[in-house]
Amino acid sequence: MPDMTYRDALNLALKEELRHDPSVVIWGEDVALYEGSFKVTRGLLAEFGEERVKDTPISENTIVGVAVGAAMGGLRPIAELMTVNFALLAMDQIVNHMAKVSSMFGGQTHLPMVIRAPGGGGSQLAAQHSQSLESYFMHCPGLYVAVPATPADAKGLLKSSIRDNNPVMFLEHELLYNSKGEVSDDPEFLVPLGKAQVKREGTDVTIVAYSRMTILALQAAAELEKEGISCEVVDLRTLSPLDTETFVASVKKTGRAVVVEECWHTAGLGGHIASLIYEGCFDLLQSPVQRVSGLDVPMPYSRKIEKLCIPQPESIVAAVRETMSGKY
Amino acid sequence: MEAKLRAILPDAELLKMYEQMVLSREFEESCAEQYTKGHITGFLHLYSGQEAVAVGATAALHRDDFILSAYREHAQAIVRGAEPKRVMAELFGKATGICKGKGGSMHLFDPSLSFMGGYAIVGGQFPIACGLAFAAKYRKEGRIAACFFGDGAVNQGTFHESLNWARLWELPVLFICENNSYGIGTSVARASALPDIHRRTCGYDIPSERVYGMDVVAVYEAVKRAAEWVREHNRPYLIEAITYRFRGHSMADPGKYRSLAEVELWKSRDPIPGFAKRLVEEGIATEAQLEGIRQQAQVTVAEAVAFAEESPWPEDGEVWEDIYV
Repeated sequence: MPDMTYRDALNLALKEELRHDPSVVIWGEDVALYEGSFKVTRGLLAEFGEERVKDTPISENTIVGVAVGAAMGGLRPIAELMTVNFALLAMDQIVNHMAKVSSMFGGQTHLPMVIRAPGGGGSQLAAQHSQSLESYFMHCPGLYVAVPATPADAKGLLKSSIRDNNPVMFLEHELLYNSKGEVSDDPEFLVPLGKAQVKREGTDVTIVAYSRMTILALQAAAELEKEGISCEVVDLRTLSPLDTETFVASVKKTGRAVVVEECWHTAGLGGHIASLIYEGCFDLLQSPVQRVSGLDVPMPYSRKIEKLCIPQPESIVAAVRETMSGKY
Repeated sequence: MEAKLRAILPDAELLKMYEQMVLSREFEESCAEQYTKGHITGFLHLYSGQEAVAVGATAALHRDDFILSAYREHAQAIVRGAEPKRVMAELFGKATGICKGKGGSMHLFDPSLSFMGGYAIVGGQFPIACGLAFAAKYRKEGRIAACFFGDGAVNQGTFHESLNWARLWELPVLFICENNSYGIGTSVARASALPDIHRRTCGYDIPSERVYGMDVVAVYEAVKRAAEWVREHNRPYLIEAITYRFRGHSMADPGKYRSLAEVELWKSRDPIPGFAKRLVEEGIATEAQLEGIRQQAQVTVAEAVAFAEESPWPEDGEVWEDIYV
């Protein structure tokens, strides 16, 4: 299997699906001629032409809404929001329309569509361009939410999302675009939606993570191994559907859990995951579930203090030590 | 001097338009009664007074052209072909409703009729209409999207985003504004810097016109011309139909923001008796025939109410269905 970046894996997934199905179309701000703000759509206009690869005006709500209509009309649109922060301008179409039309119309239509949106913090882009909004989408019934951590998952999950008949929020992490890993070049390589993956096996504590937080959890686990603490890392891969079974089974085995989320702590998805762990195996827990979260502040610009706002491998290590020493 | 009706449409088509307007009115007035009895709950926005717009426009469209609307859309669905009894059952929240009782009054939908939905967030339907038009163009289906909306929707961002988008991508969308002068209780003059809504398309290089929306034939002729232009050029067009709702915004609205004299003036322009008079004067129908149409509409609506009353409620398990496929 060739090594490739997360960016190139996404690009390959788009190319393969555009080749695979003529009903797949893609649009967004600067995706065609400019080849994408993060160059994920490089080469698409040249290969597939103006009919299928389309630049749009800066009108996020309509970028999503046109995809809703096109999906209803029989296409498989992929719409790119330049960053997830701009999804806030499209929340009406995402939450009131994309998530609702299937059920409120009694199942008479469905939406095979994907909204791709890069996000996350750590690039010194300050408060309006550094957000992790995954909890917002996970909260809303009717959406699927994919959050790949590795190049292989990026490719496999994007292809599954495009082929799925439900609307998917596909959240890419800006700091992962240059990360490398082995990726299958099989055009039928798919990663199923709704299946978490144990990225590292361990016996003492389970770290539940997603997207870039999985990579940090793996770094923390390697560090903790030196201290003789064996961490199991569960990568959620999709937040909706949420594979509760896999992380609860892991916690049943290890008896301890740390949940890592890049989003804000207050009402963040980590609280929900923790509650599912308590519901699923409270009697087997040896210490309280720990949460490592983004700080509850608008992101500052200065790199010295920006770092304080985003979970780091050290903060995960500290949380694991805490849960190892904690007792019920 | 008005053109003779027969010069515009055959007798059967004219009578069908009359029948549809009468059925729409009878249906809406029955809804008001069922709401008062507590059989219909939630929000209920009635179309009485505006029938000429839905009927004239729908008659001018092709059968497979998409229709989208807002939340005052019972008549649009029924005129397009939805069975009144299944629409009434939807309003009653019954399992036999057109959306299994999950949508209610504001969310009627039937893709087999290319009736692509009632949307209750003001302006939500504009981008969706553009998307459907894009899909139709991409798939070379030759159909257009007719997007109905109220005067209040023209101040939403989606209106402007979608006009720009439809012109830029050359999409076959026919925007049809039903200007009934009020967004709930705020008049167009109090909400729009430029109250001539049809003129607001000039910034997007989209042709537009205003039509008297209390005249079903005038609406039919304008929409016919516009729809064919849209189909031929694969470009958007906007029609502003001047109309009036005889009732409040919803059943909860006593309508204190408009004078009785204003309401009475518009009721004197009621599109149904006006059209009936022309049909009789031009020898297309007799008074007795028209009365027969009215009685038949009442029977249809009574049957719809009975069907809705007798229909079962949704099963509890239905709450988890249709969210995902």
